[in-house]
Amino acid sequence: MAALPSGDTAPLDGALPASVLDGADTRTLHAYLHIPFCRVRCGYCDFNTYTSSELRGVTHESFLEDLSREIDLSRKVSAAADLPKRELRSVFFGGGTPTQLEAQQLGAVLNKLTNGYPLASGAEVTTEANPDNVDLDYFETLAAAGFTRVSVGMQSAVPSVLAVLDRTHNPQNVALAVKAAKQAGLQTSVDLIYGTPGESIDQWRESLEAAIELDVDHISAYSLIVEPGTKLAQQIKNGKVAQPDEDEQADKYEIADQLLGQAGFAWYEVSNWSKSLATRSAHNLAYWRSNDWWGFGPGAHSHIGGVRWWNVKHPATYAEKLNSGNSPALARETLSGDTRLTERILLELRIAEGLDIETVKSLNPSAAKVISQAIADELVEPVAAIKGRLVLTLRGRLLADSLVRDLIG
Amino acid sequence: MSPRAKTRLEPAKTNPDLIRNFCIIAHIDHGKSTLADRMLQLTGVVDDRSMRAQYLDRMDIERERGITIKSQAVRMPWEVDGQTYALNMIDTPGHVDFTYEVSRSLAACEGAVLLVDAAQGIEAQTLANLYLAMENDLEIIPVLNKIDLPAAQPEKYAEELANLIGGNPEDCLRVSGKTGVGVDVLLDKIVATIPNPVGDPNAPARAMIFDSVYDSYRGVVTYVRMIDGSLAPRERIQMMSTKAVHELLEIGVSSPEPEPTKGLGVGEVGYLITGVKDVRQSKVGDTVTNAQKPATDALKGYKDPLPMVYSGIYPIDGSDYPNLREALDKLKLSDAALAYEPETSVALGFGFRCGFLGLLHLEIVTERLEREFGLDLIATAPSVVYEVTMDDGKEITVTNPSEFPTGKVKTVLEPIVKATILAPKDYVGVIMELCQGRRGVMIDMQYLGEDRVQLRYTLPLAEIVFDFFDQLKSKTQGYASLDYEEAGLAQGDLVKVDLLLQGEQVDAFSAIVHKDKAYAYGVMITGKLRELIPRQQFEVPIQAAIGSRIIARESIRAMRKDVLAKCYGGDISRKRKLLEKQKEGKKRMKMVGRVEVPQEAFIAALSTDGEKKGEKKGK
Repeated sequence: MAALPSGDTAPLDGALPASVLDGADTRTLHAYLHIPFCRVRCGYCDFNTYTSSELRGVTHESFLEDLSREIDLSRKVSAAADLPKRELRSVFFGGGTPTQLEAQQLGAVLNKLTNGYPLASGAEVTTEANPDNVDLDYFETLAAAGFTRVSVGMQSAVPSVLAVLDRTHNPQNVALAVKAAKQAGLQTSVDLIYGTPGESIDQWRESLEAAIELDVDHISAYSLIVEPGTKLAQQIKNGKVAQPDEDEQADKYEIADQLLGQAGFAWYEVSNWSKSLATRSAHNLAYWRSNDWWGFGPGAHSHIGGVRWWNVKHPATYAEKLNSGNSPALARETLSGDTRLTERILLELRIAEGLDIETVKSLNPSAAKVISQAIADELVEPVAAIKGRLVLTLRGRLLADSLVRDLIG
Repeated sequence: MSPRAKTRLEPAKTNPDLIRNFCIIAHIDHGKSTLADRMLQLTGVVDDRSMRAQYLDRMDIERERGITIKSQAVRMPWEVDGQTYALNMIDTPGHVDFTYEVSRSLAACEGAVLLVDAAQGIEAQTLANLYLAMENDLEIIPVLNKIDLPAAQPEKYAEELANLIGGNPEDCLRVSGKTGVGVDVLLDKIVATIPNPVGDPNAPARAMIFDSVYDSYRGVVTYVRMIDGSLAPRERIQMMSTKAVHELLEIGVSSPEPEPTKGLGVGEVGYLITGVKDVRQSKVGDTVTNAQKPATDALKGYKDPLPMVYSGIYPIDGSDYPNLREALDKLKLSDAALAYEPETSVALGFGFRCGFLGLLHLEIVTERLEREFGLDLIATAPSVVYEVTMDDGKEITVTNPSEFPTGKVKTVLEPIVKATILAPKDYVGVIMELCQGRRGVMIDMQYLGEDRVQLRYTLPLAEIVFDFFDQLKSKTQGYASLDYEEAGLAQGDLVKVDLLLQGEQVDAFSAIVHKDKAYAYGVMITGKLRELIPRQQFEVPIQAAIGSRIIARESIRAMRKDVLAKCYGGDISRKRKLLEKQKEGKKRMKMVGRVEVPQEAFIAALSTDGEKKGEKKGK
């Protein structure tokens, strides 16, 4: 699974430096909770997740206690740092497979969290869901506990594509899950993956059409990235499956943008489309806007005011740290002014409202030349650029990373 | 076995009758240095304890490659029938690039030991040097070395040598530098057959410089052979070519460590130190005389070394440019033949256009720059010197293909060499094919022995500077040997092929090639760059052109997707670090117009597979 970045040593008590207070009022607060359980590991996945045999004695119940301890610890750290009391604007349960837990268990975690960090009114509370784990009853329990949104891991509508991905869910269950979620009053989103080895253009079209047919509020479409160390990477290395072709990935992205656009979805981030402004994922946007969030759970990443840290990966190590009263952080980094600017450029360029050109200029005084070239190359919207914002065109979205490299000089 | 001499003859007072000056002519790997080591041990000038392999080869590169670049002279005592003699062994460079230095070394001797590997027979370079030695009227002592090897065929090769130089196969000595067998007999024979030097002790001093070495502690050490008169410490000496006067700070002989003496007399070989810091002030071939009582006529044969092959040398890290300049300045102190001037390349940045005597010289210089000065370098494909005459009569000398004139060219003259190739007869076919493919014209072909053939060709130098030698070696399983000598200029049907990247000329890839080969070169180089240059945000045409005519075209399709799908669980750090890494990589990119080319792509395109210039120590 993916290696964590290298960083500085994190203090045992998790204490934050005074610098996090700078501009804290202007940043919204969010929470991510990582549920590191899966029934099986999918061949492409390098997320921090474990099947039951890999858990070294950690159980769902013991894990929930650990999570509860980390929430308590975070309260202490926030108070000690004199951070202002802010309400949570969004909560996101990701994994792994959060729905490996009972709906009541998820509700209890949310309750524990909101006892310490009250929810803002209209806050978005999402969980990822495996369509095989859920039904109307499950969603109704979540809704009653305060959940507002569910993101269903659909990936593809084509059984042969799902098989390459090692996804075991029954494609028909996706429709049932979405229907149940809607019935329970939850907002709905589905995740799709394009560029799976062997997936044809038509098969991708079929998946997109199926997702549109579900009449969800929000669709994420991620290109498959072959992560080193995964079973899929090994299969490609051995020649058992073909390496995804970047040009074909680009074709598929363009098809997605076209079909989703026709169906009334508008892009608001490179990989995310929404039916309306109200159904954009507030949690997702928090990442791209460099807001503050606590990441709870093993391997979770946090960002508070220019300090980024990440927890130890294994649930058992995570438990040990918390049981001895320490922070589960493995390492952290305190970002310099220029680094924060660099991050803002690479993050904000990805969203539909775009990036303030002044931000780029404060890092790179000769940005004007790059921007003028980007306009000529049709990577950014010319009118927006003249008005002072960099907003990516369709072509620009596909080449965002190249443009970021040019912008930071 | 002759005993080691009990006494040594005092330099400066040695009777020329008791002096023997000789050199060893041998092919690389035929064991010259090992034989020299045995002589040093046997005559007692180096004791067994301080003996190290190949004592005379001082530079690391020399020892590693088993070749001699800089020659030296060693004085050794040897006793025959109760009389002590002074033997001066003058070590000659063994490679064709240094023919001029070889010829000066030979001119300092009265005799030569022709050393041939008893398992391999004579090779082309040895033949060339043997020819030079015979031209200089040197007494030749044929010797077969490595007779301890199981594969040795002394009878066969003794026959071959006798055919070449006359005499009987039985006259050919058999030695083993490794075990020392026969070395004493050889020393006796040197005393017996090599004539003693003859000169006028009372004439104004004339000493010929046969080598000049830069030593970082002592400045330039000049090796000379006294022809007439004598030189003494503290005298003021004059270089006859430049009229420059220096004070003689130290004079002495090497045996083999330097030993100061009271001077050098007729026929003696030794060294001079004047405090000069640059070998250019003490040039090989020049005549040294006494400034107070100068000789009227310089010794014959002096000439300035002229570069034959040029190459652009660039630091891989552009910030190393000042270090490269400094390194070249230092190297120049010890290498009078090295020429260079600053040059700028679109593809490679700032560097130097360097002139070399030949391919081995080029390779040795780049290797010394990298090794002794810790530089990472890239050299452009070697090029020869073209003399271009324009329609309007203007004449231009072109040492860099990118400077080839664009106007109406009337004629282009290119350097021609006479190449001698020796190989077992089974390979004659492939060698002829190779030479014909390189615009070679056969001069003659003759059998040296039963199964070995000598082929002589005239070839354009440009055709052999690239990968000819490697091709020759690979097509003959390493059996063929090559030697070449300059043979003037000849008119060639030559054109310049330029490489254009998105319409911008990339100077490092301009090449002057024969008209018939332009297309092949164009296809090769465009194809290669297409593989090596990463996709850009836009389509990049790669064209090869003669003037404005495109002869080959490839294109790199535009990159369509370069964006990460997501940041896993808010792991922004990972994405940022990836970006920072890419940014570092971008710094190493060279810009050709808007095209970002990784320096590695240029380097990979410039280094052809197996393109290793010059002769290496072959196994």
